[in-house]
Amino acid sequence: MQEQPDGLIAELQAKNPKAFERIYERYSESTFGVIYSVIGDKHVAEEVLQDVFLKIWDNAESYNSSKGRFFTWVLNIARNAAIDKTRSKAYKNKKKNLTAEYFVDIIEEKTNLSSKVDAIGIKKYIEVLKPYCKKIIDLLYFKGFTQSEASEELDMPLGTIKTRNRNCINKLREILTA
Amino acid sequence: MELNQYISSGILELYVYGALPEEESIKVTQELKQHPEIVKEVEEIEGALTQLSTAAAPYNPEALLYTLQQKITEKQKSGVVEHPAKRKRTNLVLYIGWAASIALLIGLVSVISDRNELRDSLETAQAKNATLEQQITDARQSAEKNKQLLEVFRDKEIITVPLGGQDVAPEAYAEVHWDEKTNQVYVDAKDLPTPPEGKEYQVWSLTLDPLTPTSIGLLSNFSEDENKIFILENPNSSQGFGITLEPKGGSETPTMEQLYTLGTVQSS
Repeated sequence: MQEQPDGLIAELQAKNPKAFERIYERYSESTFGVIYSVIGDKHVAEEVLQDVFLKIWDNAESYNSSKGRFFTWVLNIARNAAIDKTRSKAYKNKKKNLTAEYFVDIIEEKTNLSSKVDAIGIKKYIEVLKPYCKKIIDLLYFKGFTQSEASEELDMPLGTIKTRNRNCINKLREILTA
Repeated sequence: MELNQYISSGILELYVYGALPEEESIKVTQELKQHPEIVKEVEEIEGALTQLSTAAAPYNPEALLYTLQQKITEKQKSGVVEHPAKRKRTNLVLYIGWAASIALLIGLVSVISDRNELRDSLETAQAKNATLEQQITDARQSAEKNKQLLEVFRDKEIITVPLGGQDVAPEAYAEVHWDEKTNQVYVDAKDLPTPPEGKEYQVWSLTLDPLTPTSIGLLSNFSEDENKIFILENPNSSQGFGITLEPKGGSETPTMEQLYTLGTVQSS
């Protein structure tokens, strides 16, 4: 359950530094996870995370709640920044040393999960996750593919993507609330 | 549509991902406003995804907060308190935006330095504007002096208001450079799409609470205008500016469905 903190967002848009702090506390770790899954390098991911939160600060007023969730707005900024980074020269040179780039591998390899996370639940989820779920979630959530781009990439009809993804996420929710 | 069917269709997951086309997202948001059950579902999806990506974070990045706060404080300081709109300007990425602003300064400096010209006939003023437009155009092409000129520009009482693209044209963008002393508004409309036959853009000065639009003019002969910089009179105490697409000749009140760009004058 994650209620959208509308008051806090309004304060952020009014450039209240306190609100920024709270927004950071609330969204930074999951955003960091998304960025790291795309980038695969902790230091570069930190740089991108900083850029992303500066953008959130600078452009907060451009968030429009009629277009979607604040969570999604932040997610879009993060994915775009991370993907831009992977296209940069500096990153390409560094790429040889990368270890992980995929949320499933990252979570599997991690030994101590954040206190914010139901560690047992998440680990269990990754274990039972169907291969197509891994791909769908990676593309749609972590990589920011649109439904039709994912449909093309995975060679699945649009409707199939939609229903399968729902099943994949339902499984996650079941395990987390169990 | 049946509520359960809607929820189980999987559209809400795509909504939270940001994987839907914009118009579909807007529709989902409207559904959300009407059905608390959908809000609850979306919150649960969001919560589950947050857990998942939090698990993929190498560690909690809380240590970065301090650095970020310092950067933000610096930004706020450099924003110059007595003129908050300038803070916005420091964030502008587009070089072209800068360049146009700078050239405007060149024009204004020359205008201010020669007060007589201000009292000149309309014809002279128009010629002047043409020169100014030329200067803005030129400045778009010259990068070198930007920084230096920018410093000078900062000292002038000119408010730059970026107008972001709205629902009908998310890619559209315009900038208003407003000289409060002379009541002149320079609209840089280079990034607005060419209006269709029989239509014209109309610029509105807005006051908020209650929202009151006042027309300040049309961007006439848009497609023939080479530099897309338009000069209008604005005697209003504007709190924002908007640009709508209207039938040729303009309208009494703005057609909100055709609101292309919108921006507010920063105040704090």
